[in-house]
Amino acid sequence: MITIIDSGGANISSILFGVERLGKKAWLTADIKKISEADYVILPGVGTANDSMQRLKNAGLIDCIKNLKQPVLGICLGMQLLFDYSEEGQTQMLGIIEGNVTLMRPQGLTIPHMGWNNLKLIKKDSPVAKGIKDNDYFYFVHSYMAALSDNVTAYTEYGEKVAAIVNKNNFYGTQFHPERSAEAGAVLLKNFLELK
Amino acid sequence: MLTKRIIPCLDVRDGVVVKGVKFKDHVVLGEILELAGGYRDMGADELVFYDITASPEGRAVSKEWITKTARLLDIPFCVAGGIRSVEIARTILNAGADKISINSPALENPDLINQLVREFGSQCVVIGIDSMMENGDYFVYQYTGSVKTIKSSKRKTIDWVREVQERGAGEIVLNCMNQDGTREGYDVGQLAKIRKICLIPLIASGGAGKIGHFTDVFKNADVDAALAAGIFHRREVTIPDLKKELKKSGIEVRI
Repeated sequence: MITIIDSGGANISSILFGVERLGKKAWLTADIKKISEADYVILPGVGTANDSMQRLKNAGLIDCIKNLKQPVLGICLGMQLLFDYSEEGQTQMLGIIEGNVTLMRPQGLTIPHMGWNNLKLIKKDSPVAKGIKDNDYFYFVHSYMAALSDNVTAYTEYGEKVAAIVNKNNFYGTQFHPERSAEAGAVLLKNFLELK
Repeated sequence: MLTKRIIPCLDVRDGVVVKGVKFKDHVVLGEILELAGGYRDMGADELVFYDITASPEGRAVSKEWITKTARLLDIPFCVAGGIRSVEIARTILNAGADKISINSPALENPDLINQLVREFGSQCVVIGIDSMMENGDYFVYQYTGSVKTIKSSKRKTIDWVREVQERGAGEIVLNCMNQDGTREGYDVGQLAKIRKICLIPLIASGGAGKIGHFTDVFKNADVDAALAAGIFHRREVTIPDLKKELKKSGIEVRI
């Protein structure tokens, strides 16, 4: 079973439809039992860091998420939630992946970082990157970012190097939206949903 | 490197795609899903759907076609038209749209921008601006969906661009009405001026008639994206040909 964590925000149906296009079925839920027992868990980000953490807290999901042992994929803000802390609203995040999320300050470039940018793979043998080539394009839309670290599988460049895929143990995250990144995004999502 | 985006715009009226000239006479062009899917397959980077009847008549877009579109598309899309409250915006985003674009309602109630940003984040709040030259300066027009309702808001375009950014908007679509439907090229002069004070993504709209117009607006106004409708709908230019030419001119695009 694939569950998408629904803590009450808007715009999470696009990831549900992204999974359906792969011929699989996902369930939107905030139920701790359903999330804990799922084979795969997707954590979408909605609104601001502060809002999202608050919603997870209100739904009693913080410990549930931290203790998950199956593959977990955080998307966009969902990826950022995996880190320790975000400058956005000075928010304590889930603390699953070490490091902070900071406001992007690219010299002479517009914010948000919005549109299709190319990926640079650091860990080419990562199972989620199987079939993805250097310079494949993915759709990004964000104003906050994580910098490079040992847990970064791939990055993109926007004034500086920006974490695009992160991974620690069973936790994965993409700063881009795989469900809105055409064929390359579908490959990534499929890879995730085939992780053992 | 972040690529320049090509965005076909589908004007939707009563559930079908239409195209008007200078916002007046509308001709039916085809079914939403068929056209949207076709543009996706050709390499469109994003799509914008404008329900051009929604705003003047005060009714919101139906969300059924939005969900169908969201199921089909694996590229982002934005929905505009009749979004005059946080609740309507939520319905549209929940239906599967990635962004919402507001135009006249933002002029009626500028605080709506702040409310939407607080609720959904700036990344999905797009401000559409219909700008027209009037006595030597550019002014924002509202209720532009119909010739009966269109009127000047008396706000200078440059002031409104500044204000919507301060209120947290994530992106601006600047529709240069003097050029719209003319096929004579984007209003590069106006767009370049706005670009200088626009620190969020800026999308050029109105006037595309040939490939050279896209090259011109990317090179000389440094916009992030170019939106066009008729030129694509009439198949005068295909997206693969356009992107090939842009790449040849040294403009970064997703191919």
